[in-house]
Formats: sequence, C-alpha cells, structure tokens
Amino acid sequence: MSRRRVHDSYEDVYGADRGYKKRRRGGSESNDLEDRLESLVLKVGENTTSTIESNLEGLASVLDGDIQNFKKKVLKLLVECAVNMPEKCTIYSTLVGLLNAKNYNFGGEFVENIVRSFKDSLKNNSWNEARVVLRFIGDLVNCHVVSASSFVQLMGSLLDVTKEDGVPNVRKDWYCYAVMSCLPWVGRELYEKRESPLEMLLTTIEVYLNKRPKKHVNMLRIWSTDVPHPQEEYLECLWNQIKKLKHDSWTETIIPRPYLTFDNVLCEALQHNLPPIVPPPHHNACVYPMPWVVYRMFDYTDVTDGHIMPGAHSIERFLVEEHLQQIIDMSCKNRKECATNLMNFVHKNKVPLEYCIVEVIFSLMFHQPKPKYLEVMFGSVFIELSKLSTNTMPLVLAQTTEILYSRIESMHVCAFDRFVSWFAYHLSNFKFSWSWQEWADCLALDPEHPKPKFVREVLQKAMRLSFYERMRDIVPPDFEPLLPEKPEPKFKYAIEKSTLPGQFLSNTLLTKIRNKTTPEDIIEILKEPLMSENGEIMEPADIGISNPTKVDAFVQTLLFIASKSFSHAFAAITKFISVFKALGETDDGQLQILRSTFELWSADQQMLTVLIDKMLKTQIIECSSVANWIFSKDMIPEFTKLYIWEILSLTINKMSRHVDRLTRELNEAREKLRTTAAISNSSDDSDTETEKAEVKPRQLTTTTFGGQGVPMDVDDNVTEEMVERMEEKLEMAQADQKNLFLIVFQRFIMILSEHLVKCDTDDRPFDTYWYKYTVGRLQQVFLAHHEQVQKYSSTLEGLLFTQDLDIHILEVFHQFLALRS
Amino acid sequence: MADVSSYRDQHFKGSRSELDKLLHLSTTMYIGNLAFYTTEGQIYELFSKCGDIKRIVMGLDKFKKTPCGFCFIEYYIREDAENCMRFVNGTRLDDRIIRTDWDAGFLEGRQYGRGKTGGQVRDEYRTDYDIGRGGYGKNAQPKVDMIIFGRNKDALPME
Repeated sequence: MSRRRVHDSYEDVYGADRGYKKRRRGGSESNDLEDRLESLVLKVGENTTSTIESNLEGLASVLDGDIQNFKKKVLKLLVECAVNMPEKCTIYSTLVGLLNAKNYNFGGEFVENIVRSFKDSLKNNSWNEARVVLRFIGDLVNCHVVSASSFVQLMGSLLDVTKEDGVPNVRKDWYCYAVMSCLPWVGRELYEKRESPLEMLLTTIEVYLNKRPKKHVNMLRIWSTDVPHPQEEYLECLWNQIKKLKHDSWTETIIPRPYLTFDNVLCEALQHNLPPIVPPPHHNACVYPMPWVVYRMFDYTDVTDGHIMPGAHSIERFLVEEHLQQIIDMSCKNRKECATNLMNFVHKNKVPLEYCIVEVIFSLMFHQPKPKYLEVMFGSVFIELSKLSTNTMPLVLAQTTEILYSRIESMHVCAFDRFVSWFAYHLSNFKFSWSWQEWADCLALDPEHPKPKFVREVLQKAMRLSFYERMRDIVPPDFEPLLPEKPEPKFKYAIEKSTLPGQFLSNTLLTKIRNKTTPEDIIEILKEPLMSENGEIMEPADIGISNPTKVDAFVQTLLFIASKSFSHAFAAITKFISVFKALGETDDGQLQILRSTFELWSADQQMLTVLIDKMLKTQIIECSSVANWIFSKDMIPEFTKLYIWEILSLTINKMSRHVDRLTRELNEAREKLRTTAAISNSSDDSDTETEKAEVKPRQLTTTTFGGQGVPMDVDDNVTEEMVERMEEKLEMAQADQKNLFLIVFQRFIMILSEHLVKCDTDDRPFDTYWYKYTVGRLQQVFLAHHEQVQKYSSTLEGLLFTQDLDIHILEVFHQFLALRS
Repeated sequence: MADVSSYRDQHFKGSRSELDKLLHLSTTMYIGNLAFYTTEGQIYELFSKCGDIKRIVMGLDKFKKTPCGFCFIEYYIREDAENCMRFVNGTRLDDRIIRTDWDAGFLEGRQYGRGKTGGQVRDEYRTDYDIGRGGYGKNAQPKVDMIIFGRNKDALPME
C-alpha cells in the first residue's frame, strides 16, 4: 500500500518507488504476481482508456482465478483500499460484489474482515476511518454482499448511542453523523427494501437532533450573522441535506455506481448477514471529534462561470465538499499534486470547480479551533492552482477576497487573523498587485472598524514580507493613514545632553558597551546611584539594580546599539544575559524590561515580537510578566493590534509546550524506571551484575524553556530520585501555567466588565468594535488552548467565571464548556 | 516534496554517506536565490510560517561581509523543516523564486560565499543581468561598473 498511502519518512529516505522495487528484487515469481495484483487493485478505475466497468470485470476474473493462492493477501488489500481510498468506495464495493457473486465464502470472509476493521477503528478512536468503513459496509448492501435488514439493524444499534445517558454529547453526535453519512450511498436501497425500519431510523435521528444542545455553535461559527448564508452546525446541515435527499426519493447525481451495470450478476449473489456489532462503551480516555460549523461563502448567485453551484441543502454540495476534502487529505504533503488532483476532480464538469475548491480550502483554513494543516500549505496550494487554472482561479480568488472584505464586519477575529495573513502572503507572490482604490470606502470609517483595520494589518504583514518604502508604492496616496509606521528604533536617549533622569547613565553605558566592556562591569555600574550630567547624585540615592530608570537606560541603550538586525539584537542579549537576569529578578524589573523594549521598538512590531520571544526563551522574563504587560494601562492603545495577540499567543503556547515536554519526559522516565525495576526483579536468581550491565544506558533529555531538549547522558538507569525531581519540575510548571491562564482570563474579565459597566452608566450601546474584538479574543484563548484550559475549568468556574459575572462574559465560558460536553 | 535534492556540498568534511545521513536527519535549510537586499526580518516572516525558527545565519560576501544572496535557517524540529521544503521552496520572496534545500548543518565559515570575488560561486559565472544580485555576473562585468545595490527605485541602471 506504500504507493498510495503517503509514508512520508519512507518516501524521503528512499524515494517513493524504492520500497516497491526492493520487494521486486526479491525475485520469486509469486512475488511478482502479488505485486502485479496489488498494482492492478490499487489502480483500478484510473485507466481512462477503458471503462470502470470493464476494468472491474477483468480484475474480478483475475482475482477470482488467483484467490486460492493469494486469498489472505487479497482480503487484506481490499480492506485497506476500503479504508484508505474512500473516494473509490463504490469501485471497491462493486469489486467485492463481483467476487462474492463468484465465490460466496470469499464474500463472507471479506465481510468478517471489514467488520473487524470497523470495530478496531471504533476502539482506537479512529473516527474518520470508522465512518468511511461503515459507509463501505452500507455500499456492500447495494452490491448484494450484505443484507439490507442486517445493515439496518447495525444502524439501529449505532443510533442507540444517542439514547445513552451520562456520556459526552460529542460521542452521541459522532454515531449520529456516521449513520447519516451512509445514507447518500445506501438510502435508496434501504428505502426500496426496508422502508419502515428506515423511517424509524430517521425518526430516531430527528428526535436526537431536536433535543441536543447547541450552545457551542456561537463559539465555532466564523460569520456572526446568517446573512446572506445561514451558518449551520454540521449535523444540522447534513440533516437538512438528508431530508431533501429523501424528498427527492433518495436520488442524487454525484456518486458513481458501477454496480448498477452488473445488477444482473449481483442480484444472483447470496447475501451475508452482519454479525452483531456493539458500539464500544464510553470511557474517560475516549476523545471524540469536535463539532464544527459548516463554512458557507458562496451560493449560485456568486458563480459566473456557467456552472450551477449546488444548493446549501442539496446532498450534492455535501458529497462534492467531502470528496474535495479527501483529495486534499491525500495529497497534503505535495502542493503540486494536490492542485493537480483538485483540478482533475472527477465531477468538475458538474459543478463550478474553482468556486467549490476555494470554498473548501477557506473552510479548512478558517476551521476552529485550529486548521488541519499549516496556513502556508493552503496558501501555496492556491498559488499552484493559479498556475494550473490561469484564466479562472485568480479571478475567483479576487472575487473571494472582495466577498470576504465586504462581509468582514461579521467575521470572527480568529478568521480575520488568518485572512490577513493569507492575503498579504498571496500578494507577496503576485507583486502586491491589487485594486486598493476599490476599498477607498474604508478610509471614512472609524479606524477600529474591521475594514480599515484589515487594510492596515494587511499592509503591516505585507511590509514584513517586503519593505516599508514598497508599501507606499503599492497603495494610492489617500491610503496613507493606513500605512504602517516606518519600522525604526526610537531611542529616547539619543540626545546626549537631554535632561532625562537616565541620560547620563545611558551615555556612560553607550561608551562602555561600544568599548566591549564585560557584563560584570555593567552590573557594577548599575549598582551605583543614578547621576546627572554634572556628577550630582539624584535623590533618593538608589543602589538597587532594578530601579526603573536604570533598567530603562540599560535596555534601551543596549538594544539601540544592537538595532541593526535580529542577529545583532540576539547577540547582545546573549552577551549581556547576566545583566538582564539580574534586572529581571523582580516582577517590576521584568515589567520595566518589557516597557523599555516597547518604548524603543514600538514602530517595529516584528522586532518587538521577536525580542519578547527571545527573552522568554532565555528566561529573562516570565510568561506572566508578558501577560500583565499586555493588559497594562500603557498598552491600551496597542491592544487591538494583531501583533499584540501574536505575542500573547506565543507566550501561552510556550508555556503549554513546556508543560507538554516535561509531561512526556516524566512519562518516559517513569516507564524506564518500571522496566528496569522489572528487569532487576526478574534477575534475582541470575547474575545481577551482568544483567544490569546489559541494560544500555539511556539518553534522557532535560528540557530548557527555550525549546530544545538537551541530551543528558545517563550512565545508570533512571532512579526514583530523578523521577521525583522531574515530578517536582512538572508540578512547578503546571502551577505556572495555571497562574498564567488565571491572569489572562482575569484581565479579560476586568476590562470587559469595566467596559460594560461604563456603557451602562453612560447609557451607550456596549456593542462597540473594541468590545466585539475583545470578546472574540477571549473566545479565541478558550478555543486555541482548549486542551490545556480544560485542566483548570473547575478552578476557572469557582474563582473567575462565577454567577455574578455579566451574562455576556459568562456566556463565553459556557460556550467553552459546551464544546466537550 | 521534502526529498533531498541532487546537490551535495563539495566542501563537506566527511564521506558521502555521512553527508547523506546528516541530510536526512537535518533541521537546517539552505535558502538560495535571495536578493542581496533581502533582510533577516523578511526571512523570519516567511519561514516562521513553517514553525519556530531557532536561528538564521545570513550568507555574506567573504570580503565585504554584506549579504550575498543566501542564508541558513535552523528549525527546532525536522517536521518544520520538511514543511519548509513542501510549501516554501519554489515560492517568492522579494518577487524572486527562492530555493530551499537540506543542509548538513551550519559550521563556522560556511556563512561566507565561496566565489573568487567573495560572493557565491554562481554569481561568478552567470551571464544574465540580475538587478537583485548585483547586476551582471562577475565574469560578465562590463567595463563600467554598473552594480546597483539597494532598492532605491531612482537608482535604476541605464538601459
């Protein structure tokens, strides 16, 4: 299967074909035949010179002839195809149908195997796999391999999960979704053969959908309004599509059904009954897929290429979208292949292909909480698509950008970030050419309105990918107010003779640092009381090193000297790290370091972000200081700028990754301790010395906060003491993490409450742009870090998100709880 | 798409198979065809889309110590570097198609161009006029020095 399944590391090391050839070199005739059979099976349906039907007929005969010799291999292969190539479901089900017609026992064995595969997927929480296998089993009903009655029974017992008590909703949701997603394939057949049991299933589904809570929807939707397109939760959407499908007598126009051609052969076959399948019970380790809101951006009125976009509630829309997503999943590591496969979509003549592709890719890009793939993956695929579809794709992308811009007021801030990022990146690959003038309407709007904000942030990001002067060139002159500031340092001590309190110290430090003085020397200078130019000691005489003026003078002066590039700044920080650490010993010291860095570099958001990242890595400042600084009064004017969110985000992520790493290392160490204990226990009777010597010394890594694991050579085995130390380290880190979240959430609550109260007293509407932005960011903290935040929900509930809080703020917390309930 | 290319560093101190092994484990990328005026900041911005960058080492002219159109990027994890090969290689930075490739690992000294005149070898021999890389190649220099650095659009060469 290595040809189809992307075993990427395998590919990288040996090249895609090498493994395949390696087997061939084995040389025996039966190996050759096996390989040929495998190749035939994998590629069935891809031969364009003959029809699928004749392909299948031929292949079925070949396999049938060889079944005796290769039965196990063929069975395994066919199950793998069913699991890994869901887009070819009906091709393989037909093949199985033909084989079953020729050989009833083989059919029975296949059914056993596919059922086992289904059960395994359920047990392993491989939900998507389970869903496509279930659908395949359903399709086997169409091919007369499985009896309709036993499949209906299976669907019934799966739907029984929706009646379970005390289990997470997401569990019930999944089982419902899995059953529903079989219906486009097998609905018709069940309707014809088993109408009333089918009706009962549909009723069960409807009852479940009506009573399930949908609190989470508001947190997951990208568009806050249903105008012009309703944003439906995924189960609701599919149900509407199923209802319409039923209304259309279960006929649809997308799914290819090669088995229809073979009906005369297949209907002679004997069917098998499925063994009873019981859904594995829920237990705490089970993780179910998170719900999502279906992303809708286009309808038939948007399409100008002559095709009809299937309606939002047509099953065709669902099928096309799912298929396109499967193509992307398959070629997600090769952007050229991905683009080619998308443009070769088998139904490209039935739908407006570029529009469908663009909507699917944006839905993946905007997916909450996190896109499945890197944003740059989508961006680069769009570039490849633009090369393949030179006449249409660029136009559709431009139209998309216009549509998104026009609706940007109702776009969630999470998606806003990604839209900004994508657009700036896309422009950078196309000479920044864009008809900005069409957006001149944004200039007259409140600067906090999403439209001018979007343009400002795009220009900021575009500047980072190019340079400042270029931005002036690419926009019309009246866009000047939206241009970013010229990114250069603002050194307050630039004037040697100024009367600033830190001026004399700065002058001293400037000379010393330029003359290559040592960090120790600098620390000594900083311990002296501050002096003015004429040598007078400033009162009160402070020999403390964390005096804010001293900190400010040092930080700004050093970083100004090193302002030429990132490398210069990093080198300076590294060289003088002992000074920084001394200054940052207190919380106030750390806050001042941040303030001073900001004062110097406020015009260069990128440099500021990168410096703060470096300071976190080198542990000059703690995550909590960054959080406190972001929410401080000084930073209020900056709060709604995207880079602030980037800084907060990277800070929380660093903390989370640190905790994850320590957890992993602790588990590894514990495991090692367990196995060495087992070994030494079992060697009680033998020569203990030899046993111990045979156990290889293992390399453990100890983590620095910066992100690397530093390998630590362990001569002895892991000791209890080491594990204890790791446990302590982890506990401390978790305490820090909890503290960080508490600070962040508390600060959000404070600023939002203040705003709500103030608007209430002033009798103003509270729904300002600032408010919407800030609530969006609060939601984003929950969503982006939900796995980590989960751990602390009860503390959050007890301490912060209490009943007395304003309902608007409390609502966000409840939406978060609803996500996993 | 994250495969090792056919380029092998001729100055590598070690056997070919050692080099290959390092390339398959490396988290260091070589980036080529940059403009001389492309900054560290631009490189950070684009390449951090693939993951956290550990450090960037700008490639420098051996004599002038100014950027000469290449750099090394070190990621922390292999997967990030692989994504760089998959999604950034062959796209544009400063309007130029840039090339990314695996590197065996940065060593002091490798940040300098190996061309005779201080820049990269390829700039010694190329015959095209590339405004982002100092104009003509060194061997194809016309008598009057027409090398243009920087981006000031007023400093266009005479046609």
